[in-house]
Amino acid sequence: MTSWPILSVITFLPLAGALFIAFLNEDEAGVHNARWVALWTTLATFAISLILLWRFDPSSAEFQFLEKRPWLGGTITYSMGVDGISLPFVILTTALLPICIVASWTAIQRRVREYMIAFLVLETLMVGTFCALDLVLFYLFFEGGLIPMFLIIGVWGGPRRVYASFKFFLYTLLGSVLMLLAIMAMYWQAGTTDIPMLLHHAFPRNLQTWAWFAFLASFAVKMPMWPFHTWLPDAHVEAPTAGSVILAAILLKLGGYGFLRFSLPMFPDASQSLAPLIYAMSIVAIVYTSLVALVQEDMKKLIAYSSVAHMGFVTMGIFAMTAQGVAGGIFQMISHGIVSAALFLCVGVVYDRMHTREIAAYGGLVNRMPLYAFAFMVFTLANVGLPGTSGFVGEFLTLIGTFRVNTWVATLATLGTILSAAYALWLYRKVIFGKLQKPSLFNIRDIGWREMVVLAPLVILTIVFGIYPKPVLDISAASVAQLMDNYQHALEPIKAAMAR
Amino acid sequence: MNAAAHMSTLYPLLPEIVLGLGAMALLMLGAYGDARTARVIDGLAIALLIAAGVILYLLPAGKLVSFNGSFVVDNFARFLKILALTGSAVAIAMSLDYAKHERQQRFEYSILIVLSTLGMMMLISAADLIALYLGLELMSLPLYVVAASHRDSLRATEAGLKYFVLGALSSGMLLYGASLVYGFTGTVSFAGIAQAAAHGGIGLIFGLVFLFAGFCFKVSAVPFHMWTPDVYEGAPTPVTAFFAAAPKVAGMAMFVRATIVAFPGITAQWQQIVVFVAIASMLLGSFAAIGQRNIKRLMAYSSIGHMGFALIGLAAGTAEGVQGVLVYMAIYLTMTLGVFAVILSMRRSTGMVETIDQLSGLARTNPTTAFFMAMLLFSMAGIPPLAGFFAKFYVFLAAIKAGLYILAVIGVVASVVGAYYYLLIIKIMYFDDAVESFYPTPVELKVVLAVCGLFNVLFFLYPGPLVGAASAAARSLF
Repeated sequence: MTSWPILSVITFLPLAGALFIAFLNEDEAGVHNARWVALWTTLATFAISLILLWRFDPSSAEFQFLEKRPWLGGTITYSMGVDGISLPFVILTTALLPICIVASWTAIQRRVREYMIAFLVLETLMVGTFCALDLVLFYLFFEGGLIPMFLIIGVWGGPRRVYASFKFFLYTLLGSVLMLLAIMAMYWQAGTTDIPMLLHHAFPRNLQTWAWFAFLASFAVKMPMWPFHTWLPDAHVEAPTAGSVILAAILLKLGGYGFLRFSLPMFPDASQSLAPLIYAMSIVAIVYTSLVALVQEDMKKLIAYSSVAHMGFVTMGIFAMTAQGVAGGIFQMISHGIVSAALFLCVGVVYDRMHTREIAAYGGLVNRMPLYAFAFMVFTLANVGLPGTSGFVGEFLTLIGTFRVNTWVATLATLGTILSAAYALWLYRKVIFGKLQKPSLFNIRDIGWREMVVLAPLVILTIVFGIYPKPVLDISAASVAQLMDNYQHALEPIKAAMAR
Repeated sequence: MNAAAHMSTLYPLLPEIVLGLGAMALLMLGAYGDARTARVIDGLAIALLIAAGVILYLLPAGKLVSFNGSFVVDNFARFLKILALTGSAVAIAMSLDYAKHERQQRFEYSILIVLSTLGMMMLISAADLIALYLGLELMSLPLYVVAASHRDSLRATEAGLKYFVLGALSSGMLLYGASLVYGFTGTVSFAGIAQAAAHGGIGLIFGLVFLFAGFCFKVSAVPFHMWTPDVYEGAPTPVTAFFAAAPKVAGMAMFVRATIVAFPGITAQWQQIVVFVAIASMLLGSFAAIGQRNIKRLMAYSSIGHMGFALIGLAAGTAEGVQGVLVYMAIYLTMTLGVFAVILSMRRSTGMVETIDQLSGLARTNPTTAFFMAMLLFSMAGIPPLAGFFAKFYVFLAAIKAGLYILAVIGVVASVVGAYYYLLIIKIMYFDDAVESFYPTPVELKVVLAVCGLFNVLFFLYPGPLVGAASAAARSLF
C-alpha cells in the first residue's frame, strides 16, 4: 500500500494553503497572490486526488488507503479511508474547488483573502467528511463545515444574507446535534466509533429505530428532504455564486452519503421498516417542489427547488435497496453535483453582468451570447434528464431500482421528470429565447475565456457521463454490492421470523 | 507528638501557606509603600500565584491528607487548583491596563484576589463541611469587596451590595443544610456522612437540598442565578472577568466533591435535583441571553447556561461524568478569559463601551481580534472542531451512558438556541459595517486572547493531555 498518508494530504493541503494566505498582506499584491495561492492549492489537491483515483482498486469492496492514529483516547481514533462509495465524492469535491476559485476571480472584490481562506477551509472539512472512518471524526468534519459556509453566505451574500445564514446555520445544527447523541448511544452500545467495525455490528432493534431517526434528522436537513428544505432556497439565493455551487454540488451530498454510509448498513431493520416514510417524503419532494419551482421568479430559487426535487430521486433510489437504486442514487448525486454546479455558474455569469437574478429581466440572450446559450442548454437538458446527458442515467437507474420494489412510488416519481422538463425549459425559454427587447441587454457580452475554462469541463463531463457512465458506476460497484449483501444478510432473521 | 511530626502533616498545605503568607507580606508592602507600589504588587501577586502553582506541582503524587482528613490533595484537587490559580493570575494581568486608565490603581485589588484564591484552594481541597464552609467564606468575602471596588460608581456599589446580601443568604442556607446533615448523620466529614447516609432518610434529604441551594448560588445555577446578570454588569469589567472564571471553577469543585464523596448512597435523590438545575440553567441561559445588548449581561447568561451544561456531567454521577465536568470547566475557563480579554479592549476615547453593537465591523478594523473572538464564540456555541465542542461532547457522552436521554436531548436543543446569540455577535463583527476602531489593545490582553483563542482552535489536534488529566482527576474521587 501507500507509504505516505495520501488521504490526510488531500484533506489538509487546502488548510495549509489557507494558513499561507492568512499571512499575506492585505494590499493589491496580497489579494493577487491570495487568488493564485488558492488556485494552485486546489489544483494540487485535485492532482493528488487523481493519484488516489489511479491507485484505487475498484475490484475491492474494502476500505483502502487506511490511516489510523490515537486521538481522543480510548477507542476514538483518527481514522481515514475510502471505498467505492466515498471516493467519487472526494474527487467531485477536489474537482469543483478550482472551478469555484476561478469563478470567483473577478466576482469577489471585497475581502478576497478571507474569501479564499473560507473556501480552502471548507474543502478540508468536506474532504475530511468523506474520508473519515470514525464517527466522532466524521461528525467533527461534518459540523465544522457550518462555520466557513455561515461566513461565506453572511459576508459575501446578497441583501437578505443575515437571515439566510442564520437559518442555514441553526437548521443544520439542530439536525446534527441529535445525530451526535445517537453517535454517543452507539458508542456505548458497540464500544467503538470505528466505522468499519460498526458496519458489522448488530444493533438492537430499539436503538436502531431511535438512532435511525436521529440520523434522519441530520441528513434530511442536509439533503434537504421535504419538509426540511426551506433553508435551502434562502441560502442559495443569498450566497455568492461559488457558495451556491459548493452548497448544491457537495454539501447536499453529505446527506445522501450519510444515508449510504450509516443508515442503511448500520440500521438495516429500521431502514427496512421505515422505508415507506422515505418514499413518501421523496415523492412529495419530487412532485411538490417541482411545482413550486414552476412559479419562481428568481433563477437561483428555481434551481434550488429543482435540487430538492432531484435529491428526492436520490433518497428514493437509496431506500429502494436494490443494486440499481443505490448505484443510481450515487450516480444521480455525482451528476447533480456537476449539473447544478454548472447551472449556478451559468446564473452567476449573467448576474455578474446585470446584477439581477430576476427571470423577467432577461430574454433573447441567444442573440448576443451564443456560446452561453449553448452551455446553458446542455445543463438545462441534463437537469431535465434527457437521454445522452448524465442526468438521465441517475434518474433512470433510481426509477427502475424503485420500480422493482414499489411500482406506485416509481410511477409517481416519473411525474416529476415531466414537471422538471416544464420548469427547466420554461426558464431556458424565458432567459435565452424570444426577442432581445430589454435595452439593458443590448450590450451584454458573451462568456469570456475565464468563464469558458470554468464551464467547458462541466459540459464535457455532462455529456461523457451521459453516454458512457461506466467509470463512475465501476468505481462504486464492488462497494455497493457488498452493501447490498450485508443488508440482505442482516435482514434474514427478520424475514425468517415473518415466514414462520 | 513533636513539632516535626506536626510540620510533616502541613506539607500538603504548602501552596496555601505560601499564598497566605505572601498575601500578608504584600499587604504590608502596600500599606507602607507609596502610590507607585500598586503596580509592583500586581506583578508580585501574579508571581505568588504562579509560585503556588509550581509548589502544588512539586508536591508528592498520590492522595495527601492533612488536618485529620478534612484537607485532601488528590488529583481532583490538583487539577482544579491549577485552573483556579490560572484564572486568578490571568484576571490580575487583565486588570492592569484597566486600572491605569480608570485611575483605579489600588494595591488592595490584587491582594484581595490572592486571598480569594486562597479560599478557593481550601474549598477545592475541603473534605468536611466545616472546612468547606471556611473555604467558601474566605473565597466569598474578598469577592464582595472587589465587586464594589469602584467606590464612586453607583452601579458597582449596588452590585457589591446585592452580591453580599444574596451571598450571605445563600451561605446561611448552606450552613443550615450542613447543620441538618450533621444532625442526622452525627459527623461532618464527607466519608463519615457517606457511611451514615447509605440509606438516606427524609431529614438528610432536607439538609441536602439546603446544601445544594448554597452550591447553586456559587456556581450561579438556576434558580439561584438572579444575582449574576446584575453583578456582572455592575462590577468593574476586570472584576467581572475574574468572577466569571476562577470562583466558578472552585464552586463547581465544591459541588462535585461534596455530592460525589458524601452522598453516593442516595444518588437517585440528588440526581433529580441536579437534572432539574441543569435543565433550568441551560434553558434560561439560552433563552434569556437572546435579548441582551450589554455584552457583560450577555456573558452572565452565557455563564449560567455553561454551568447547566457542566452540571450534566455531575447529574450522570459517574467517573465519566466528573471527567466531563472537569474538561468542561477547563475549556470554559479559556473561553471566558479570552472573551473578556476582548471585552476589556473595547475602549474608545469616550471610555469603555459595553453594548454588543459597538463591536460592529470589528472584522474590518481589527481582523485578528475579530477572528479569535469569533472562534471563541463558535467554541462557546459548541461547534466542532473547536474546544467547546469537546467540552459538551464529554458531558453528553456521560449522560447518554447513564441513560439520561431526556436531559441530553434538552441539552443539545438548548445548545442550538444558545448558538443564536453567539452567532449574533459574530454577525455584528463580520457582516455589519465598521464603526470607529477601538484604542490599541494592550499587550497583556493580546497575549491572553491569542493564547485562549489558539487553545480553542487547536485543541482538537492534541486533546490527549487535558482529557487524560481530567480522567485521572475524576477517578481519584471514586
